[in-house]
Amino acid sequence: MLHISIKAEPIFSIGEFHVTNSLFTAAIVLVLTLLLSIFYVTQINKKNKNKLFYLVHFAVSSVYKLIESVLGDKTPMFFPILGTFFFFILFQNWFGLIPGVGSILIKTMEHGEEVFVPLLRGNNADLNTTIMLGLFAFVLIQYNGFKYLGLDYLKKFLNFKNPIGFFSGILELVGEFSKIISFAFRLFGNIFAGEVLLAVIAFLVPVLATFPFLLLEVFVGMIQALVFSMLTAVFISTAIAKHH
Amino acid sequence: MDVEAAKQIGVALAIGIGAIGPGIGIGLIGGRAVEALGRNPEAESSIRTTMILAIAFAEAVAIYALVIALILKFT
Repeated sequence: MLHISIKAEPIFSIGEFHVTNSLFTAAIVLVLTLLLSIFYVTQINKKNKNKLFYLVHFAVSSVYKLIESVLGDKTPMFFPILGTFFFFILFQNWFGLIPGVGSILIKTMEHGEEVFVPLLRGNNADLNTTIMLGLFAFVLIQYNGFKYLGLDYLKKFLNFKNPIGFFSGILELVGEFSKIISFAFRLFGNIFAGEVLLAVIAFLVPVLATFPFLLLEVFVGMIQALVFSMLTAVFISTAIAKHH
Repeated sequence: MDVEAAKQIGVALAIGIGAIGPGIGIGLIGGRAVEALGRNPEAESSIRTTMILAIAFAEAVAIYALVIALILKFT
């Protein structure tokens, strides 16, 4: 039977700190992204630009336009963080689809037994990462709410004028915290389900049958990155909007 | 019925029932998007973006059910 683990497995440890396979993958992707960004910055003032520059430029400006359609004139303020969300999630998702991720196994010790665990694992198929991203987005939304509206921001949650307002304020408060859960599980569920789907299809039909699903996963990875950054943008724009 | 069999039935019910609502929802969203496109073909790109966002929302519900099913199945 095929081996599917819902949590990331530790592959080696530095002292007391266990490095899991998804953390290792995340580090690789971050280094690659950093190199790509440095390449983009060095090309920006050159006269004869590389073709890759135009591809990156096209991607960045498309994301900018999408976020601009939500945030309007506040886009320059928020684009760096929202764009980072987009490209971080996108590259992590796509790196998880490269052949070898999840299929190269290494030997490790677990509870005194030798077990084989994947060396690499798509980073967003680990719930720790997605909860971290969800928390980050949550803090970003609340911080900007307070920054733009001051203590007026709390009026949305604490309303003593009438009982109905009080009750809906409590609902709003619960809704704010449920954003963390929905952000985390949406991303984790989609990417992990994609990995399980690919594994099951490859188990049933070993040759060629995974190909259309692989294309589907490329699409899903992009949509999820888009949804995460667009939703953060939408929530920020509602948090900083003045209400009467 | 032993525990293992109950677990398998639980997995099947979780994803099976959980997929009904989002299925209806995505169908409605797609249908309305096509209606909107028929009325106003110039607004295609904005309709598409909104539609994909709304579908992702509806799909997220199915994904929650799927996560529950996967946790039940693989732990």
